[in-house]
Amino acid sequence: MIEAANITKFYGMRPVLRDITLQVTSGEFVAILGPNGAGKTTLLKVVATLIKPDHGRLRINGADAIADPSLVRAGIGVVSHQSLVYPDLTAVENLRFYADMYGLPRSGSTRIQGIEADIMEALKRVDLGRRAHDPVRTYSRGMVQRLSIARALIHNPPLLLLDEPYTGLDHTSAATLSAILREMAVKGRTVLMTTHEYRRGLDGVTRAIIIKGGKVTHELAADLSAEKIDQLAS
Amino acid sequence: MGLYIRQVSAIIRKDILVELRTRESSTAMLVFAIMAIVLFNFALRLSTDSLKPLVPGLLWIVLVFTGTLGLGHSMYNEQVNQCIEGLLLAPCDRSVIFLGKAISNALYTLFIAVIVLPVMAILFDESLLQPGVLVTVVVGVIGYSGAGTLIATMAASTRAREIFLPILLFPLAIPLVASAVIVTSGILDTQLLGEYAPWFGVMVAFAIIFWTAGSLLIEFLLEG
Repeated sequence: MIEAANITKFYGMRPVLRDITLQVTSGEFVAILGPNGAGKTTLLKVVATLIKPDHGRLRINGADAIADPSLVRAGIGVVSHQSLVYPDLTAVENLRFYADMYGLPRSGSTRIQGIEADIMEALKRVDLGRRAHDPVRTYSRGMVQRLSIARALIHNPPLLLLDEPYTGLDHTSAATLSAILREMAVKGRTVLMTTHEYRRGLDGVTRAIIIKGGKVTHELAADLSAEKIDQLAS
Repeated sequence: MGLYIRQVSAIIRKDILVELRTRESSTAMLVFAIMAIVLFNFALRLSTDSLKPLVPGLLWIVLVFTGTLGLGHSMYNEQVNQCIEGLLLAPCDRSVIFLGKAISNALYTLFIAVIVLPVMAILFDESLLQPGVLVTVVVGVIGYSGAGTLIATMAASTRAREIFLPILLFPLAIPLVASAVIVTSGILDTQLLGEYAPWFGVMVAFAIIFWTAGSLLIEFLLEG
């Protein structure tokens, strides 16, 4: 699914990613751990094709993600620090906009009820069905983050990238996110997630990669204790 | 091609929907345009006949300044919640983003022109609502929106974007504004667009150059 080889990225003269080699196979749920400034978000942005690395190779689903990023974008969903939703639009309008941008068929997945039914289904899945027609600026932080998850999944991507998805979430929103991630795992989707919430964020994770100073320092089976991971990642 | 048009339309529809809901750009642009016209009217202290030769220049100053207000706000909307990243993650050619934003910006300024032209026609007793002037305004606004969207995209990632946008855009727009004023003056004097075809050609060329350049360069501006 993801084959990254010798990925290096500089911001000015400062190396942010140094020679990162990473393989994630289809259906894996991989957590990227590390202290602040380790390069986790930059690595996720490189995989999301938002940032081009200065060196290295990146293949996603067999396609060259550096030479032809538009080929792989349709298969990636991203939940980042920011929600990427328009506060003055309603949840339905936001998802309709992204459905158009991803070229989803207007007839929808069932070809009976149309894309609107898919959008409502996506919103109910993140428990926003009753607020679907309210402007996003009236939502709480947790609701915005749930909408952001619905946005990332609207095109049913085989690869989901999550950047610190539990940050600022209340208990309900975190539980919704965990349930969606478990569902992704059951469906055999691939998930790559950065997190520093070692105790809450590692449910269902099949492998953990620790990054420090832009380099991969450890690769771990996720059944290690949170304390041990904490010790290695900090 | 169908998907390309759908994606451009989605950006335009989204921008118009946001504007209809907030009225932030249109209100600011409209108030600014009307205040500028009224201020010019008082500041110049000339009789209506003496003012007439100045009307084409005043019209284009108002349209250019008002259009710049809208351009800055349009890109700011994409910075809120980093929505620009959402656009960049979409599987679309980057020219889709440029065309969507540039068409939205042109529509905002044309909406203002629809109000400004009759107001100026009444205040300055000038026949601004004739087809030749309207065509000139449409072409001029399209050209300015193309250049403006390109520069606003560059300025959006800088800290001093409000200053950077006019400083870069106004010098760049001189050929367009100068041609537009000459063509508008000519039409108001002679009622003939044909005589001013070379200047009108400069306006069309300006629009083609900047819309093409914007479509080609937007990827480098957005992705660095």
